[in-house]
Amino acid sequence: MKARQWQQLIGFGTLKICVAFVLLALIIIAWDIYSKGHSVITWEFLTAAPRNGMTEGGIYPAIVGTFYVTVLTAIISIPLGMGCAIYLNEYAKDTALTRIIRMAIRNLSGVPSIVYGLFGVVVFVQILAFDTSILSAGMTLGMMTLPWVITSSEEALKTVPQAYRDASLALGATKWQTIWTNVLPYAVPGMLTGTILGLARAAGETAPILFTGAAFFLPFVPKSLSDQFMALPYHLYIMSTQHHAIAKVRPLAYGTALVLIGLVFIINLVAFVIRYQLRKTKLE
Amino acid sequence: MKAIALTDNPPKRLFSTAFKDKCVHAVFFINGMLVVLLLGGIFLLLIQTSIPAFQEVSIVEFLTSTNWNPTSYVKASYGIIPMLVSTFMVTVGALAIAIPIGIGAAAYLSDVASPRVREILKPTIEMLAAVPSVVIGFLGIVFVGPLIAKFFNIYNGLNAINGSVLLAVMALPTIISISEDALSSVPYSYDQASLALGATKWQTVIRVKIPAALSGIIAACMLGMGRAIGETMTVLMATGCAPAMPEGFPFEAFLGSVRTLTSSIAIELGEVAYNTTHYYALFALGLVLFVITFVINLISDIILHNFEKVHR
Amino acid sequence: MRNLVKLAIIGLAVLVAQTASAQEMLQIKGSDTLINLVQKLSEEYMKKYPSNYVAVTGGGSGTGVAALINQKCDIANASRLMKPKEIKMAKDNGVTANRIVIAMDGLSVIVNPENPITQLTKDEIGAIFRGDVKNWSEIGGPDMPINMYGRQSNSGTFVFFQDYVLKGDYSAKMNRMNGNAQIVEAVKSDKSAIGYVGVGYVKDATGLTVVSVASKRGGEYASPLNSADVKSGKYPIARPLNQYVAGIPEGAIRKFLEFELSPEGQRIVEEEGFFPIPSEYEEFNSQVGL
Repeated sequence: MKARQWQQLIGFGTLKICVAFVLLALIIIAWDIYSKGHSVITWEFLTAAPRNGMTEGGIYPAIVGTFYVTVLTAIISIPLGMGCAIYLNEYAKDTALTRIIRMAIRNLSGVPSIVYGLFGVVVFVQILAFDTSILSAGMTLGMMTLPWVITSSEEALKTVPQAYRDASLALGATKWQTIWTNVLPYAVPGMLTGTILGLARAAGETAPILFTGAAFFLPFVPKSLSDQFMALPYHLYIMSTQHHAIAKVRPLAYGTALVLIGLVFIINLVAFVIRYQLRKTKLE
Repeated sequence: MKAIALTDNPPKRLFSTAFKDKCVHAVFFINGMLVVLLLGGIFLLLIQTSIPAFQEVSIVEFLTSTNWNPTSYVKASYGIIPMLVSTFMVTVGALAIAIPIGIGAAAYLSDVASPRVREILKPTIEMLAAVPSVVIGFLGIVFVGPLIAKFFNIYNGLNAINGSVLLAVMALPTIISISEDALSSVPYSYDQASLALGATKWQTVIRVKIPAALSGIIAACMLGMGRAIGETMTVLMATGCAPAMPEGFPFEAFLGSVRTLTSSIAIELGEVAYNTTHYYALFALGLVLFVITFVINLISDIILHNFEKVHR
Repeated sequence: MRNLVKLAIIGLAVLVAQTASAQEMLQIKGSDTLINLVQKLSEEYMKKYPSNYVAVTGGGSGTGVAALINQKCDIANASRLMKPKEIKMAKDNGVTANRIVIAMDGLSVIVNPENPITQLTKDEIGAIFRGDVKNWSEIGGPDMPINMYGRQSNSGTFVFFQDYVLKGDYSAKMNRMNGNAQIVEAVKSDKSAIGYVGVGYVKDATGLTVVSVASKRGGEYASPLNSADVKSGKYPIARPLNQYVAGIPEGAIRKFLEFELSPEGQRIVEEEGFFPIPSEYEEFNSQVGL
């Protein structure tokens, strides 16, 4: 072989090693947590409250708390995010204002999560006096999720062919009727897949809920929007750094991590399959 | 679900259809403006809540002092430098690891991998981006930390290196996916021209495609950097969080514990009394963090925008 | 599409309906130092009185005190005393904050067993952590530099040790660990180490020396492992753990506080690695009628 071919062989080998490193990181994360966490996962672990100073029992309140706060995040971010995406893709012309809006969206998605937390502490906890509660935390997470929902919704709207809109407008339908009957029905599945991924990320966030509502311990599930709540990511944080018997609760921390990462992986997998199916039907 | 006939909405005569359509337009316009308001609102709120801190702390001290000790026995001091240095250290460390690997992986995906392999690899790497930061931080404590402690023969692996490794893992998906987009958007005619001149595929990737996509790749790295600077839970859990000024560059400093802007806020905000100088000072840290990430995102945004213009 | 809208509306309605039926429960909020103890107390309390609900949440002393000031919680856990500014803010809101001491936290000073030092005075410990004494040989130990391990500045332990033992600022060289367990691990593996942790963490620990402490030179040395010495005040480094309530506690709040201070509650305090309240604080608590 010529030197150039050797060079290519080594070069591509290096690139492969780079990819292998990335995959290795993912495998280590999944394997370490699975191997040390799966033995903790029992029916009781998933359905019981923590007991005996959180050294025994399960994580049921944390699962429910994360579910509730994510539902609230969805209620806030989906209508606002989809509305914004509809405005940008269907109504807005390419003006300076539109460009500012787009710039704002990209920058919002780069704002550190702890800064959203600060925002939530002042606006929701103090000014609006929701105190530390599901409401404050859900709204903080909703704000944070907004740019992700907008971006993925706009992507979905872009895939609807222009002809669908033209046909409806040509029949005399108004703009809104067109969007409602001829654009949204085709875009919604795609919008939702992207949104679900955004919500999965929100469910795993800790920094924004640290000071807006996450509770160290609650023996039962929250009963109202003004209650505090336990959350899976926050529970993992305290079980691995704040608990008074860290070594003793390490297995529980692994279990919590496995549940959290399992949820996120499953949601991602589902979204991936839906996306794959969508693309296939579109090609046909 | 799919077919909704127009007759489902019988026209109501109270308002004309055109008027209603205008209203809908207005609602969506307000909705669109909301994001601008949110971004502006966050910025103004951080400024407003930071200002009272500077009634007691001079801005010069805040920006130049190397001592952050708001709960001092003698005299509270508010110096941001140790946290800026710490943030800078873990970020640089993370980028030193993530940039070469990220670009390498992106080049593999766009130019070496078969379409089938790429179909599988791309979502797999996206999966890495979905791992919650608190899980990565947890692994920093239970997996990476002990490994580092053993490797460098120190008692405790919660330090700047640990933070860098974890942040690198978190920045990788961003760097890879945007670099890959940039590499793929280089026109195929570039490849053809280079290959026709007798260059190997490898030479084409290194000498033609990466230089052609360079501005896109730089933007990708900057976005990864923004993500690393703003990350909270991972560094909070894995870097040890000593507020002292890092000393003894480079080895001693990187093997020592550091405390970034983000983790300082997370550690101290819960304990402070609301509306005190200390509380306001933490918002000032948030403001600095916001400005840094904003500038980085803005620059990468402009670079990416120009890159897209050139290639479309 | 329409189904989705319906679903969203139903979901919202359910949440709102749940808001209306919020349960009456005692809200305790604040310091993460106290939370393990208070949580255990509330667990036992609810076992004893199943119809009484207690919610314990953390977030830090500041969060708890702020909630008390804004009348958003019934009891605030605080590992520090309320600051003058907070007391004033409470007054402005019509809240008179009263302090109750529910337990004592003994702080133990620990060294590596290879270190021959077994007793120190409070002043010597202060000098070490201020950075004035840098080598073990200066206080009669072997010739090796002292490595200090302490807590983060947000921990109540950090502040108490600073105010009570150091009476000055910590040396910048002190390693600031995230939790007590990390300090214990570090001292076990570093033979020139010194650290301070809550007694609960070293009660059954092996592989380290718990130093006996005298309040002054020539004074009597006492070990924090001896419960009687802590209770009598002979062991000099112990701090009270506080709860704040608005006004004179009544009803459910009073019932819970009484449980905490009862022999049963104080037994739990000891099980959790803290110490029962000494007589001086019993008098203190009686001022608010407990």
